[in-house]
Amino acid sequence: MAEPLLSVRNLVVEFPTRRGILRAIDDVSFDIHEGEVLGMVGESGAGKSITGAAIIGLIEPPGRIAGGEIWLRGQRIDNLRPKAMRKVRGRRIGMVFQDPLTSLNPLYTVAEQIVETIRTHLDVSEKEARSRAIDLLDQVGIPAARQRIDDYPHHFSGGMRQRVVIALALAAEPELVIADEPTTALDVSVQAQIIDILKELCAERGASVMLITHDMGVIAETADRVAVLYAGRMAEIGPVRNVMQDALHPYTRGLMGSIPSLTHDSDRLVQIPGSMPRLDAIPPGCAFNPRCPRAFARCPVERPYLLDQGGGRRVACWLYDDPDLPKAGESDDPRDV
Amino acid sequence: MTRAMFDAAARSDVLLQVKRLTRTFDVSKPWLNRVLEGGEKQILTAVADVNFEIRRGETFALVGESGSGKSTIAKMVVGLLAPSAGQILFDGQDMRQPSGAQMRSLRRRFQMIFQDPFASLNPRWRVGEIIAEPIRTFGLAHGADLRREVGRLLETVGLSPKDASKFPHEFSGGQRQRIAIARALSSKPDFIICDEPTSALDVSVQAQILNLMRDLQDEFGLTYLFISHDLSVVRHMANRIGVLYLGRLAEVAEARRLFTAPLHPYSKMLLDAVPDLAMSGRRRKRVEGEIPNPITPPPGCAFHPRCPWAFERCPVERPYMVSRDGSEAACFAVEEGRI
Repeated sequence: MAEPLLSVRNLVVEFPTRRGILRAIDDVSFDIHEGEVLGMVGESGAGKSITGAAIIGLIEPPGRIAGGEIWLRGQRIDNLRPKAMRKVRGRRIGMVFQDPLTSLNPLYTVAEQIVETIRTHLDVSEKEARSRAIDLLDQVGIPAARQRIDDYPHHFSGGMRQRVVIALALAAEPELVIADEPTTALDVSVQAQIIDILKELCAERGASVMLITHDMGVIAETADRVAVLYAGRMAEIGPVRNVMQDALHPYTRGLMGSIPSLTHDSDRLVQIPGSMPRLDAIPPGCAFNPRCPRAFARCPVERPYLLDQGGGRRVACWLYDDPDLPKAGESDDPRDV
Repeated sequence: MTRAMFDAAARSDVLLQVKRLTRTFDVSKPWLNRVLEGGEKQILTAVADVNFEIRRGETFALVGESGSGKSTIAKMVVGLLAPSAGQILFDGQDMRQPSGAQMRSLRRRFQMIFQDPFASLNPRWRVGEIIAEPIRTFGLAHGADLRREVGRLLETVGLSPKDASKFPHEFSGGQRQRIAIARALSSKPDFIICDEPTSALDVSVQAQILNLMRDLQDEFGLTYLFISHDLSVVRHMANRIGVLYLGRLAEVAEARRLFTAPLHPYSKMLLDAVPDLAMSGRRRKRVEGEIPNPITPPPGCAFHPRCPWAFERCPVERPYMVSRDGSEAACFAVEEGRI
């Protein structure tokens, strides 16, 4: 296979606190290939956003990357100096955040912000940048882009603002777009529009996308592959169809079962007992073992690594290390879904 | 008693009736600014002419996007906000007129669960105090009985009686929502208004809370008014659903019916917009446009600028509810059989 666009190797992110060092990301590895949409899912505190922040070099101090490497098309970017990183951020990696109001500067017009982004990264004239900006706004579906470009962010509605943010993220023609909960602050009807635009425009430009979200529906419709994080570790990664419909990890299975269905009746939702551990109290062995219906002797003792299951699927679960054990969902235990 | 039996027994028994409920807010600039800078008085109609009934033991859900008036209705039903017009009847009694004593006995019977379990519990009170307050207020138990009752309520919601001596910050979001539920149950209500009770929670915790709420409904014969923007949650919880658009009810239907055969074009659009978890490869229809400004809603049917079925009647007349196949929708295209 060709060299991946982005390669994250054994990433460790730590936050020193008064009560010791918290490990928010613990040994996470994955690749994003050219033109691919990788979904990153997990519940709050699983480390999705921190993974994204680590890639673009925006971990807030005193947090820091304490181990591992991040490679962007053969160039190592996790140890770049801030000035060099600024050239990567925005130019080669674009970003879309959850709240469009905080990613736009309220004191500048949309035109000023997009033109500045384009001219910071690309060598074009003011006039050329402006016409590119209008094109971009047009492509993200802002009606009357030529007039509206001189408006301020507060003149736009939430959905329109998120379109502006996408235009901004794509302004310097990045190779990778990191979208962190891009639709969470929006209403359902607008959500669908934004996801469509993000997907289409990145596909047209051949840009890869890392889509961070807690919304499995969005992942199902958008991603090619999906990585599931739990307590800062990767539980499972694989093609989206496999992971959503026939997950390997007991956590992923529970997570999928706990989402109410739009089409099927059920009296009870699948319930994973307890909640995700806090970062200062991650249990030994597999982080999921105290909540896992299938945990056995090995789980609280040894930490599972990602086991290759073929077809691009990997899972961090000891059930898959022993060919004689029934896999997740195959035992008689009613809690094992 | 199971949910189904309860439904059957209570079929004709209406617990809450909302008639022509309306609420407007004055969002004008201050008088001096209006005089100096010009500009009219601006009135925002958050809820307009809403009618629905909730039967004993059922879950009635209100869905809609932001600005559709869901929470305003909840606040009016629970009495936190006075209606501008219209009537709310709880168990046959008009909520506007009751005397102090009547209101007090009514207040005991309905409780509310809020969206944000971090804001809805007093951080300086111990959990035991939080849950005991309604019991004390309504004089339902004293002394050792009160403590026992608090312990029992904590067990009912899946916590331990020992948790009574802790403070809210010692609990996770899901546990806090359990505490909020225990508090709501403490006055032995028959009606609970749930305003986005799981929106702030992760899915696996949401499942725990939704399961708990259904168990409690079966156990205590509770009636819920359930407010949410999440259609899959609403489908799981509700018997009947009202779909709101810009403060007006677009459709009222049985839950299953709404999801299999929505009548109103807005309901159809809303269902189409939900991402497909089953990955059936269905190509989603792209929804056009956004919710208009509620201060200046479009004339006639407020949905007509976004509606693919709109025709000459829609921008002119305001649609009224028409029945079809057991559902009700405020839509001329439905009335004339165009859909």
